[in-house]
Amino acid sequence: MTWSALFWLIILFSIVNSVAKSFIGERKGVMIYYYSVASPQQIIVSKMIYNAALCLLISVLGYFLFSVLIFNPVQDTLYFFIGLILGSMGLAIALSFISAIAAKADNSNVLMAVLSFPVILSVLIMAIRITKNALDGIDRAASTDEILNLLAINCIAGALGYILFPYIWRS
Amino acid sequence: MRLGIYSSRIFGEANPFAVKGLWWKLLGVVILLFVFTGGLLFDVPRLDIVNETIRGLYFHVPMWFTMILLFIVSTIYSIKYLRSASPDHDRVAVEFAHAGVCFGLLGIFTGMLWANYAWGTPWHGDPKQNGSAITTLVYLAYFVLRGSLSNKEQSAKLSAVYNIFAFAAMIPLIFIIPRMTDSMHPGNGGNPAFNMYDLDNGMKAIFYPAVIGWMLIGTWIATLRVRTKKINDTIQELEDEKLQ
Repeated sequence: MTWSALFWLIILFSIVNSVAKSFIGERKGVMIYYYSVASPQQIIVSKMIYNAALCLLISVLGYFLFSVLIFNPVQDTLYFFIGLILGSMGLAIALSFISAIAAKADNSNVLMAVLSFPVILSVLIMAIRITKNALDGIDRAASTDEILNLLAINCIAGALGYILFPYIWRS
Repeated sequence: MRLGIYSSRIFGEANPFAVKGLWWKLLGVVILLFVFTGGLLFDVPRLDIVNETIRGLYFHVPMWFTMILLFIVSTIYSIKYLRSASPDHDRVAVEFAHAGVCFGLLGIFTGMLWANYAWGTPWHGDPKQNGSAITTLVYLAYFVLRGSLSNKEQSAKLSAVYNIFAFAAMIPLIFIIPRMTDSMHPGNGGNPAFNMYDLDNGMKAIFYPAVIGWMLIGTWIATLRVRTKKINDTIQELEDEKLQ
């Protein structure tokens, strides 16, 4: 339990810091360039895909470092990676959308933390549970509910981001 | 409203019954009077551990029902705002969210009161308690977002977007996760729900009206706040014009 909580805590911090940059760090000229070449749906989907890949890279790197520097308690590697992929996808989708909202405000870095914390918590709870089941090598059927739930959260967050992003982008 | 016309003959200008939608507001008041007397005095089934604290059901559960109703209305008006960009819709969305958070806090406090006697501690860290606390945080974040944008139109638009997103994020927290884990809360983790066998007909006769009554009062509070905000906004606009 401690291992999975610590692992996700570190992954979370690195992901929040890297994904928050996706809209907040952008200069105004770049934004206007995007605005002129692509539709808002294309932009948010591409940001989500890029961030999901980035998050996955970070979490795989984190797993590698953890297993080298601490130890590797994972017994069910396949389900651990399923949890890792779905978890980092969920975090990436939710955070890219929220960073688009926070980028419009003045003190966006503070706002990013405030807005994202309650939203990503359910993703995090599910991911920690899948990881814990994989660490203990529990029967795979025990994780099915969590995996389906996480998948559903990802789909809802992705679809809402896709629908709602044009309203943010226009301003 | 006919009652309003009759009473205006008696009271004249200072008529206390000249209220819009008088019948449902009166209905709410009457139902809650019944709920408070009946809920505190009528007989309840004797159950182990819970004992008399079962009366908390009349006052705790309707808070959540009302909160959900108010949040749903708030989300619907946020969607309407995105389609229409009318400030009226934005006002409804924010004030229903305000009232909803108020009912959510009341739900948490009444739950803590009950848990203090049934579980031994006010805050047990139960999944349902944590989920409801986080839900409150979601809406507090919504108010922070509203406050941190100076441009009024942009603040309304962004917060409408966040409201819809946050409502979707709230659903797993209070409806799905508590049902997936062991929880001591009635209705979860194998514990009997309030409608299985511990709720006899005498309790239903108070519980169902209580839900309706609190929903009516909650809507009344929210609509009052919407009207106050509209007046304040108009006053501010007029003052701004005077300054220019």
